[in-house]
Amino acid sequence: MNSLLPIVIVLVLASVYGIWYVRSRGKVVIKAGKGLITAQMIDADLGSRATLVQFSSAFCTPCHTTRLLLEDVTAEMSDVAHVEIDVESNLELVRKLDIRSTPTTLYLDARGHEVGRAIGAPKRTQVLSVIAAIAN
Amino acid sequence: MVKILDLKKSSTILDARGPRFGAGITTAVLSIALATNNLWVITIQAIVFAIGAFKGPQFTPYAFVYKKFVKPYLKGETPAEDIRPPQFAQSVGLLFAITAIVGLLSGVEIVFTLAVAFALGAAFLNAAFNFCLGCEIYLLLLRARSK
Repeated sequence: MNSLLPIVIVLVLASVYGIWYVRSRGKVVIKAGKGLITAQMIDADLGSRATLVQFSSAFCTPCHTTRLLLEDVTAEMSDVAHVEIDVESNLELVRKLDIRSTPTTLYLDARGHEVGRAIGAPKRTQVLSVIAAIAN
Repeated sequence: MVKILDLKKSSTILDARGPRFGAGITTAVLSIALATNNLWVITIQAIVFAIGAFKGPQFTPYAFVYKKFVKPYLKGETPAEDIRPPQFAQSVGLLFAITAIVGLLSGVEIVFTLAVAFALGAAFLNAAFNFCLGCEIYLLLLRARSK
């Protein structure tokens, strides 16, 4: 029997990270004045008011949750588009936009300017409040 | 030009609670391995990871325990999950377990300790916080590989 210290260290560090992880998922980080995304870059039309660009991968359970939520939210809004992009086949774009994990959702205004981004599955209220902020 | 793979085309769908329960057992087994430096404990876990990685997470002994002794007592809606994220996590676990075994057999104990510590951290995060390993590291691996 060795010391139990390594177990304690791992579990404490993982718990600290885990609490941060759970709290930060879906939270929108405002990136004012950064990046312009065109319809050509994402190969899809932008919404006339806002566009939600979701980056997904195959090994990602919350990507599925995020897709269902964003599809549902945008279904009721004809001026807000939801576009899902597979990171694996779009690595160049992923690098350019500095996407590091999935799902990452970029919130674009009418002209395609990124106003904020969120890592992890967002909550409905978080999505709605960003869309409302873009409209103003 | 952007090509969008058919992400909606899903493979097998699992009860999402199964892999998370398995991560709980994995946390216990890896803790024992870390505390005892026992070759057999880490080898058994490596075999479980290998079954999960190559056959699928629903075929591991931990999944059997879940189906037989836990699932019948659970109420409520069954959360669904694509098989690929947990299978990816099992593959990463297998790599760390093999590294740990090699470290132990070659007498480099620090390799064993670090490899088991990382695997334990990931399993615990999965069990306690529903951490998605594939979400965090798959894209980083892709980006690193094609640089």
